[in-house]
Amino acid sequence: MNLTLQIWRQNGPNDAGRMVEYKVSDISEHMSFLEMMDVLNEELVAKGDDPVAFDHDCREGICGMCSMFINGEAHGPDRGVTTCQLHMRMFNDGDTIYIEPFRAKAFPVIKDLIVDRSSFDRIQHAGGYVSVNTSGNTQDANSLPVPKADADKAFDAATCIGCGACVATCKNSSAMLFVGAKVSQYALLPQGKVEAVERVKNMVHQMDLEGFGNCTNTGACEIECPKGISLSNIARMNREFFVSALAGE
Amino acid sequence: MSAPTGIVKTSIARKFVMAFTGFFLIVFLLTHLSINLLTLSSDPEAFNEASHFMATNPLIQVMQYVLAAGFLIHIIMGIKLTKQNSDARPVKYVKNNAAANSGFASRSMIVTGLLVLVFIVLHLKDYFWVLKFGDMTPYSSDYDLVVGLFSSPLYTVIYVAAFVLLGIHLSHGFQSAFQSLGANHPQYTPFVKGFGTWYSILVPAGFALVAVWHFVQSL
Ligand code: SF4
Ligand code: FES
Repeated sequence: MNLTLQIWRQNGPNDAGRMVEYKVSDISEHMSFLEMMDVLNEELVAKGDDPVAFDHDCREGICGMCSMFINGEAHGPDRGVTTCQLHMRMFNDGDTIYIEPFRAKAFPVIKDLIVDRSSFDRIQHAGGYVSVNTSGNTQDANSLPVPKADADKAFDAATCIGCGACVATCKNSSAMLFVGAKVSQYALLPQGKVEAVERVKNMVHQMDLEGFGNCTNTGACEIECPKGISLSNIARMNREFFVSALAGE
Repeated sequence: MSAPTGIVKTSIARKFVMAFTGFFLIVFLLTHLSINLLTLSSDPEAFNEASHFMATNPLIQVMQYVLAAGFLIHIIMGIKLTKQNSDARPVKYVKNNAAANSGFASRSMIVTGLLVLVFIVLHLKDYFWVLKFGDMTPYSSDYDLVVGLFSSPLYTVIYVAAFVLLGIHLSHGFQSAFQSLGANHPQYTPFVKGFGTWYSILVPAGFALVAVWHFVQSL
């Protein structure tokens, strides 16, 4: 299929940036979206032009690196997929596709479609861990019983790959789905309960410091999240936060 | 690690304030509607007595200030949140297909909220102010004042339109308030959402019905 691409080009963090039009032809519907971008970049390089910079790593939906806001949606029109998993068969011959970086104050553009998501790392550093003594006396994993239902919910929360689609898609650029998932994955397990009161407070505090917006429960994040992280994780974070606010000194 | 101070200034506390004041206003709405419905009674005294009770009962007098505070906090916080949220994305998308992942009501809370606010100001001026501090001599009773305004087609249309907007506002706000307070459960949440939808249809419809009824009666 032949496509017209409208792509955000920005030379660096301080460049104003602009949409630039490109044409690509003979794109197979079996290609992934990133492969289509590779085709474009090969043509640009062959012509001596600057290729379009975009993030990617695993190309199988597990690393969360690939971003891109495609035709007005994070990771494009398909559900439950990252951009690397998005097939070109989701588009039609002759389509114009808009490709923009994930946009948020807390995700500044580095170049073209690459944004700096280290704000997520700093939220994790603020509390997204459990402190474990690694003295060598590792205890048997089964000595701490975990109810199956809790283990399942914690695992679901832990499938968040930190891609940032929730922020990109939220009209408020709120990071609550990400933080909700990261808080929940520990809150439900006995190992996580030890530091629970401090964790939620510190992570929410860091989230606010990074300049993410306030959640207004539009639910867009849940729909666009490639891993199907549910809004119930945000509600759990809210509950954890109230408990923490009451319990903290 | 020491806990950061200023919990009230966090994004979650702001959600909580919006939800809590929202709940309070939702309950107030029902009280207001039940009094309005009295005007449908064939005996105007039913409403006059209720009106008199509202104007004189000491508890209601105190609640008036609580209500005003609830409104103000909800409005000011709503405007502040909208500003902060807009600032959180300084460069907007060229193409944003928001309809693909979120409802119209949830995306237009500030618009429906501000339009309802305009109506509330108008409403306070025409009813509350006159009933409380104004010159009641042209009207034979509270009922007379309230029902009289609905003889104007323009006023009736504005009134009904305001409640359509309020219904849209509530259709998101009701269930959103539960989520903000941390109440999300696979069993109860569908019920809360269903109840919220009915509430946001029936309560505004009740207000609109009263207006249309009196307009039709005045013809
Ligand atoms: S919650 Fe979903 S959309 Fe957000 S970072 Fe995690 S995986 Fe990505
Ligand atoms: S490149 Fe790893 S998730 Fe897409």
